[in-house]
Amino acid sequence: MSAMPFEDFEAAYESLALAIDSAGAERETLFLTRLALVLAHELGDIAAFRKAIKTALEGLDQDVRS
Amino acid sequence: MRPAGKGPLESLYFDYPRFAARRVPELDGATARHPVLIVGAGPIGMTAALVLARYGVRSVLIDRKDTFNDGSRAICIARPSMHILERIGTVTPFLAKALGWRFGRSYYRGEQIFQLEMPQPSGEKYLPMYNLQQQYIEKFLHDAVAANDLIDMRWQSELAGIERHEDGVSARISSPQGNYYLDAFYLLAADGARSPIRSMMGLRLKGDNYEGRYVIADIRMDHDFPTERRAFFEPSGNPGGTVLIHKQPDDIWRVDYQLREGESEQEATKEENLRARVGAILADIGHTGPWELEWWSVYSANTLCLDDYRHGRVFFIGDAAHIVPIFGVRGLNNGLADAENIGWKLALVLHGDADDRLLDSYSPERRGATLDVFANATKSTRFMTPPTRGWRLAREAALSLSLKHEFPRGLANPRQMQPYTYSESPLTPYAGRDAEFAGGPACGSAAPNAKLIGGGHLLDQAGDGVTAILFCASEPTAEQVALLEQLSHIDRRFAALIVAARASSPCAKAIADADGEIARLFAAAPGTLYLLRPDLHIAGRWNIAVPGEILKTAEVCLGGETP
Repeated sequence: MSAMPFEDFEAAYESLALAIDSAGAERETLFLTRLALVLAHELGDIAAFRKAIKTALEGLDQDVRS
Repeated sequence: MRPAGKGPLESLYFDYPRFAARRVPELDGATARHPVLIVGAGPIGMTAALVLARYGVRSVLIDRKDTFNDGSRAICIARPSMHILERIGTVTPFLAKALGWRFGRSYYRGEQIFQLEMPQPSGEKYLPMYNLQQQYIEKFLHDAVAANDLIDMRWQSELAGIERHEDGVSARISSPQGNYYLDAFYLLAADGARSPIRSMMGLRLKGDNYEGRYVIADIRMDHDFPTERRAFFEPSGNPGGTVLIHKQPDDIWRVDYQLREGESEQEATKEENLRARVGAILADIGHTGPWELEWWSVYSANTLCLDDYRHGRVFFIGDAAHIVPIFGVRGLNNGLADAENIGWKLALVLHGDADDRLLDSYSPERRGATLDVFANATKSTRFMTPPTRGWRLAREAALSLSLKHEFPRGLANPRQMQPYTYSESPLTPYAGRDAEFAGGPACGSAAPNAKLIGGGHLLDQAGDGVTAILFCASEPTAEQVALLEQLSHIDRRFAALIVAARASSPCAKAIADADGEIARLFAAAPGTLYLLRPDLHIAGRWNIAVPGEILKTAEVCLGGETP
């Protein structure tokens, strides 16, 4: 994991919540997928991106509702 | 609300006293003008009366009820409030009864994801938080009010109308003993969230309402868990809603649970439904023994306040001025800070020791504190009751990642109440001097405390007026002695504390700091001076004392013009 300061991470959390709302319920999946692709390209590191996918997938099955 | 068959004040653990309406001098023709009329004898109104009394100022305190507020309501007293209670001479019963704490735990689907640990610096006298039911808070304050000759407490006395004049207010008061007029130079409106004074003056609170609703239920049970804040996200006992559990004295536990989206408030607060939900939550935390239902209420978060807390000679304090979300325990604690803030300022003005201008600083300081609370409380409220799908999804993602990863866990931090820093205040004119320091408490912040070698604490030594803390190598220089002398001419309550490795000073209270602990806490070198306001916030600090600025700051604290 990066050394991102907590305040910045919190700001990212808030921006994401607002962006999901502005995408709207019908397009939120498309928005989140686009966001992931943009971040992968920004990251420029396929190994790091695969690790991020693994992290995000882990424990997803416990998460029945959303 | 209370269980079926119980009266509104029939508690499992608290006997509500009933206070009679007294025959007051105004009913027999007295027309003397009172210095201060305080409307509302809740915790904030009573504290304001006690702060005024501490400075020798008389007040009349009226309340339309005949007893304390029903239910436990605000249950958490923060450290800065304990200092306020200490200064008004009432902290002893609070310490004896309240449950102190500093830890908390947050759980997601039954697993702990965050541990809250509030800092406890070694020099502090009080713990960060104390839990105590509001009835006890009111009882202990009322015991002090009743014992104080300077406070004229009038129960069952309702404000029926006010007229505001240039030089005071005229109040129409109705009581079972009769109706009368009462004149006062100043009015403190401590009449609560639905403040009738606000309506009488045509004022409205402005701000936001939040969607999420919580049921607040008090139960009595024999449950073995330390005094900590527990927050449960997505617990199986309340699917789709958050749960908070706090311990209170007398084996009373506060269970707060969020209602699901679309759930009817009316249905949820029916006794049978409430019992079922609380039972499920208790089963979830492993309590299988019996429990009794004491009291419940329903709550939704708001961030609302007045545009100005001062209207001529009327000052709004506590919930009458602002309504804040419960998450982070800021309602009561900010109200107590309001009461202290207006209390010392009004007292000095009424004594003629400070210019009327000092009162202008009340609203910017305390409204500033409210807006700061809103910023923090809005974050906690969005986490506790996510308002939209975006916030709900983001929280779900953060909480589920928190099970295995450290990085999102801080989002579950409840951001408990911190004292506000008055750095932008007109009473902090030289805040730029902070740049001279490598650390220590900033201008406008509440002074930290330190244990003294001979016993007791540093802040015990502060005075009722402006206090200087001067750091010396051994003894103060002739120039420093002259400065302290001049300060005592500006403020007749002035107190000087000399902190040195070996304390020996003829002109001020000497404080020994053999190991340099206090100097480190204040990032001070010999020649450093801190100036504290009567509420022990830092009015200014100078790495090397600058007499002109120090004298000016002391004057400003007494209503002098800002430079």
